Amino acid sequence: MEMGKTILTVDDSASIRQMVTFTLKGAGYEVIEAVDGQDALEKANRQAFNLVLTDINMPRMDGLKLLEKLRDLAHYKNIPILMLTTESDEQMKAKGRAAGATGWLVKPFNPESLLEVIKKVTN
Amino acid sequence: MSADLEQFYEVFFEESSELLAEMEACLLGLDISSPDPEELNAIFRAAHSIKGGAGTFGFTDMTEMTHMLESLLDKIRKGEIEIRPEMIDAFLKAGDVIKGQLAAHRGDGEADVAAATEVSNELKLFSEQINTPSAEQKGAAQQPQPEAQQMQATVDTAPASEPAPSIASETEATRFIIEFSSDGINTKSMENLFSNLKAFGQLEKLLLSDEEHLCKLRLTTSTCEEDVWEALAFIVDPSQLTIEKESQLGATSSVIENNSAFDSTNSAVSENSEQAIHDEPTELKYSEAPYGFFPGAPAAPRDTKNLEKSETASQLPADHNASTGLNNSQAVPKQPKSNTPSSESSSIRVSIEKVDQMINLVGELVITQAMLAQTASEVDPVLYEKLNNGMNQLERNTRDLQEAVMSIRMLPISFVFSRYPRVVRDLAAKLDKKVELKTVGEGTELDKGLIEKIADPLTHLVRNSLDHGIESPEKRIAAGKMAKGTITLRAFHQGGSIVIEVGDDGAGLNREKIMAKAAERGISVHENMSDQDVWMLIFEPGFSTAEKVTDVSGRGVGMDVVKRNIQDMGGRVEIDSVFGVGTRITIRLPLTLAILDGLSVAVGAQMFIVPLTYITESLQVKGADIKTVGGVGRVVHVRGDYLPVIALHEIFNIKPNSTNIEDGILVILDAEGHKAAMFVDSLIGQHQVVIKSLEKNYRRVMGVSGATIMGDGKVALILDTAGLVIASQK
Repeated sequence: MEMGKTILTVDDSASIRQMVTFTLKGAGYEVIEAVDGQDALEKANRQAFNLVLTDINMPRMDGLKLLEKLRDLAHYKNIPILMLTTESDEQMKAKGRAAGATGWLVKPFNPESLLEVIKKVTN
Repeated sequence: MSADLEQFYEVFFEESSELLAEMEACLLGLDISSPDPEELNAIFRAAHSIKGGAGTFGFTDMTEMTHMLESLLDKIRKGEIEIRPEMIDAFLKAGDVIKGQLAAHRGDGEADVAAATEVSNELKLFSEQINTPSAEQKGAAQQPQPEAQQMQATVDTAPASEPAPSIASETEATRFIIEFSSDGINTKSMENLFSNLKAFGQLEKLLLSDEEHLCKLRLTTSTCEEDVWEALAFIVDPSQLTIEKESQLGATSSVIENNSAFDSTNSAVSENSEQAIHDEPTELKYSEAPYGFFPGAPAAPRDTKNLEKSETASQLPADHNASTGLNNSQAVPKQPKSNTPSSESSSIRVSIEKVDQMINLVGELVITQAMLAQTASEVDPVLYEKLNNGMNQLERNTRDLQEAVMSIRMLPISFVFSRYPRVVRDLAAKLDKKVELKTVGEGTELDKGLIEKIADPLTHLVRNSLDHGIESPEKRIAAGKMAKGTITLRAFHQGGSIVIEVGDDGAGLNREKIMAKAAERGISVHENMSDQDVWMLIFEPGFSTAEKVTDVSGRGVGMDVVKRNIQDMGGRVEIDSVFGVGTRITIRLPLTLAILDGLSVAVGAQMFIVPLTYITESLQVKGADIKTVGGVGRVVHVRGDYLPVIALHEIFNIKPNSTNIEDGILVILDAEGHKAAMFVDSLIGQHQVVIKSLEKNYRRVMGVSGATIMGDGKVALILDTAGLVIASQK
């Protein structure tokens, strides 16, 4: 179990958020949800998360912008930030990398691979 | 795992419905000549989100359709394809198909496969128009992307610039060898998969082994590898799947020369960028795990140094927070206020049963409070001053709580109004009419139950206005009007009701025509009928003045149903119309179904509740004003009108204090334009009562619409006032 680690999951889709939260909580993580980049940034400013998992395509502020903004914050310089997105293409990955992503997880994903990738970066 | 995912289906369904509605609204509002990039993005994002969810939860048909939508939208968004009105139609149709698929997954009907194929072909056709010269130039001009510097560097070696490979893959056929394990894929999914692939191009089955569960296919297609991959990825386990370009193609094909040039560019680009990013070979691009890390990126696990750093770093902020202690935590709660809170983050989804249960409980609480109040009123107010103060506070709190709880069920009427732009657009196109839809007061709230029930009658009224009200552009111009007609939907609160109006600036109702039609239908009419009464004739069963039956408003079936539906909701309909100027239909509904403002009246030992909305006045009359008609019924003369008398003691067969009308009180009722005088012993008072269904707990009783529990714990029947008034007219 991963007691005490808090993950911020950012997605504009409520069903995906619920599924991520359910899966991660089941594995013992604390999970906070944000509905878009803006919301995530506000929450990240208020609380120090151990990991951020973000969708790319979102209203108000997209995942790439969020990545850049988070990396600008002292707290989030070296925190794992994973991009969770349907954009499995190389261009998007390159953009994500340039923005400071730690890694990526292709959507659609299953709960197992979600846990797997989370465990890899938190352990 | 799939069983686990089922618990999220409902959320996904709701979310998708919302996204579809949003997408439709954006599409309808889009200015084709100069589309707003933000709007296009929003439409794209909606399709994209649905696709993501559908993929995750395994709704393959939705994934495919949204994928087609998304690809075309992406090209439009990037300026590779110019948007055209036909595309909007196709997008709307695609939205309908997805709606159907969604309903099918919800267990409501079956998805229309034929429509899905038709729409996806249409979308594909639009997508393929990318290689028109102007679009190509445009695409090329917009292609350079500053953030992809590594990629551009690798492209240097090839003469063709970036857009080349994508165009090549769009226009030239490539052969892919697809290999995967069919283990765990059922026959239906396999068939789905084959038909998906066939949609891309020519499919050959090279090997299909049942024993080893191995499946090898050759696909000749102009679709790019990624799309093929995506079509498969939702059925086949990605780790079991390989897609390779067939190498012999270059040797056998007649278009090799151009093709191979593109091909090599293509692989060069992907190989190099792939290397730059992953330090991994290209061939396995899609066979690797569904996630990965960027070496050297912050907190990436492969680099152990990084890992350590990230570990300590990830602790740091927390420590930092702790050490700065008070300051930080004090500053924290202020932050959200200064920022605009996102509407979604501050709302939760609750099942309607929970809300209803709460409403029910609050209803009980209101009754209990009323009972206590009644008991408390009997004690000496001087001796029990504190008790009285407490009772007053309890009453206030109960009312506030009741209001707050009721408001949970309240939704803005925009939930209903938002569907009409589409209805009007489609219908106007079908009828060759020009119509603009205006909506006013979308924020007006009403009970969720009413929202659901009002949608159908309102749709009918809107369609009716468009079909029978608004004239053709030629007729309008001839009548000196603008060619474009206007339909106005308006909602506002008035007292305890919500008023919804459907107005049009069309031809107006034709009194003579309606009278003639009604006479023909055997409905009794006379020349002296007021306009109001004449207009109401259109709500009579089987009434239709349209000379020919259209498939739009149908055969006049419906207007009577509309009226009945609205009455069932406790509402009323009125019509105002001026010939040649327009028609306005007004619907009045109670704000909620659960609570009613009523006047309690007594007949003998019984108490009845009369809904306040029907009462115009109460009075006592002299014997001279009471007349007997035909020896049976009685009428009473009130302000020049002769009103039939409803004697409750006769209807319910109870013993009144007096059968003499002069001794009691007459409550004048007005239901749907018909008036009557209800004879009761006395008036008791005005109450807000919680409606309990008599039908559910006992059975339907003529003249009674429900029951409630009064403050003293006694049951009082709520009168079906409209029913009683109508019955008194006969």
